[in-house]
Amino acid sequence: METGHNDKESRLSGEHRAPRAGSHPLRSVTSVNASRSSRKIGSRPLERAGYWFYLVPGFVLLTAIVIIPLCWNIYLSFTSYRGIRPPVWIGLGNWQRLVSDAQFWTAFINSVAMIIAMVIIPTVLGLVIGAVLFDLIARKFGGKTAAFLRATYYLPQILPIAVAAILVGWILRPDDGALNHILSRLGLPNLEHNWLGSPDTALSSIMVVMIWVQLGYPVVIFMAALQRVDPELYEAADLDGANWFQRFTAISISIIRPEIYVVTLTCTIAALKVFGPIYTLTRGGPGTSTIVPSFYSYIQFFKNQQVGYGATIATALTLVILLVAIFFIRAQHRSEQQEGAR
Amino acid sequence: MVMTHSTRRSARPKASLERPESPFKIRRKTRRTVSDWVILGIVVGIAVIVAAPFYLIIINSFKSPEDYAENGPLQFPVTPYFDGIIAFWNRVNFPLKLWNSFLISGTVAVAAVIISVLNAYVIGIGKVKGRTWIVVVFLIANILPQEVLLYPLYFIFKAVSLYDSVWSVIIIFTVFQAAFGTYLLSSVYGTFPKEILEAAAIDGASRWKILWRVVVPISRPTLSVLLVFFFIWTWNEFLIPLAFLTSNDNQTVPVAIATLQGDRILDITTTSASALLGVLPTIIFFLIFQRTLARGITAGAVK
Repeated sequence: METGHNDKESRLSGEHRAPRAGSHPLRSVTSVNASRSSRKIGSRPLERAGYWFYLVPGFVLLTAIVIIPLCWNIYLSFTSYRGIRPPVWIGLGNWQRLVSDAQFWTAFINSVAMIIAMVIIPTVLGLVIGAVLFDLIARKFGGKTAAFLRATYYLPQILPIAVAAILVGWILRPDDGALNHILSRLGLPNLEHNWLGSPDTALSSIMVVMIWVQLGYPVVIFMAALQRVDPELYEAADLDGANWFQRFTAISISIIRPEIYVVTLTCTIAALKVFGPIYTLTRGGPGTSTIVPSFYSYIQFFKNQQVGYGATIATALTLVILLVAIFFIRAQHRSEQQEGAR
Repeated sequence: MVMTHSTRRSARPKASLERPESPFKIRRKTRRTVSDWVILGIVVGIAVIVAAPFYLIIINSFKSPEDYAENGPLQFPVTPYFDGIIAFWNRVNFPLKLWNSFLISGTVAVAAVIISVLNAYVIGIGKVKGRTWIVVVFLIANILPQEVLLYPLYFIFKAVSLYDSVWSVIIIFTVFQAAFGTYLLSSVYGTFPKEILEAAAIDGASRWKILWRVVVPISRPTLSVLLVFFFIWTWNEFLIPLAFLTSNDNQTVPVAIATLQGDRILDITTTSASALLGVLPTIIFFLIFQRTLARGITAGAVK
């Protein structure tokens, strides 16, 4: 038996070479003896320290791919940089330009439209459809019917979002698209429209695409969450004379509230980040009618070569996303505390 | 009416409510009222609308442009026509795009799971000091918009001559997916049974051995869910592959299809065929991984 001091040392060296320990049976044997005795001595902090080694690859990669680029991008937002000559520090110049840039504000207003299409409408519809499938369809028409309908709603979710956009974009083609074709066959040729090509309908067409893409996600999540509802609560509500809608709002919604938070938070972040559908369907046009912040920064980076300004837009978008996330997490926290206090 | 079916509900066995996926096992079905049928009609109607684009793309991909012009989008093809699919397949060299997407998504999925396991081992099982902050860092990395990293990454990968190489995209998405994986796995490993770890340590397993012989095998179900999700998420990515894979030979399936949409050479049914080719791989994954996906989608939201 070695002394405690030596134990610590051998453990330390063993841990630092931990990745190779597996191929050296002898070493692992010695380290066991060591760890047994050192546990008695109570070197808990040392034991923990050995874990840091495993964080190295992950942290090096994270630093190179996320942390450094993020800081660099923030720095670029204070510079004038066109991608060729080195960046020139201009202080708040880009940020001042951003505040008075009508296109930027249009982009953010369009983001609100994306939030309506990707968060509000799918969540509300998803709650109702999820509850109806779970509560009524599964019960009266069988679980298979409900599961099949749920899978159908979820179908667009599995597509790459750019491909989903192409699918609907094909139907909305101006001259020979399926929708216009059907309208003219129905004797409604005056309703035919260049859906994605006119400023008045381009944004709403994209909103329809996004509702179609998003709907299945809340339906699936909420249906799973509803399994937690204790049927006895429903029975109690029935005895009190509550109707279906009252039961739905008073019991179901309050029980699946955590999922509602998760769905609205993840979908809001996704809505603020939308890029693929805009790129494939309209490229922000016609004019700026469908421009969104992410696409606007992309244009500044790679088309206008205004790298500094593009970095400013991207940083502003990041700030908005972080604020939204913090807001949601705090709101959820508060509502959980209220629940606990009850 | 509402009251009648709710009283019946109380007579039903409890188990059916807890496991709604398999209520078909229950023999008894309650009587259906007119309003039940109306509601069924509405939800089926919505499902038809959701499925309609898929249906239209499938039937029109096998139609000649003349057939389309004559009979419109709703009719079945008069004679099956494969020229559109073949034309697009050859035009974009589809097998190459499939291979690129497979290579990128497969490598990312495996690498990101390994990195996630290593990180989560430290945070969840090692319970190192400051672990909450480490998780917060990974969480923030996870919600950042890719645009905010886009230009610096473009610059870095140009500097190391990996720009326009699938490896740039592989490295980037390994980090992005691992950020999510670390966040999720850390909380899973946080509840890992201590007795098992201690038993393994007493039996003489080193930390490295405990990780690969104990922790990884026991958490395999979670890891397989992560693997499938990382694969599909990476397959579906658009912005970074678009910005980083500029030459035709390196493009992924979604990028190849999206960049050709403005192409005037493509007639309407060939365009439909292009969408079909974009849809098919993901439908196949969906069918293969159905169960894993179903498990993961709901688990992710509860965490």
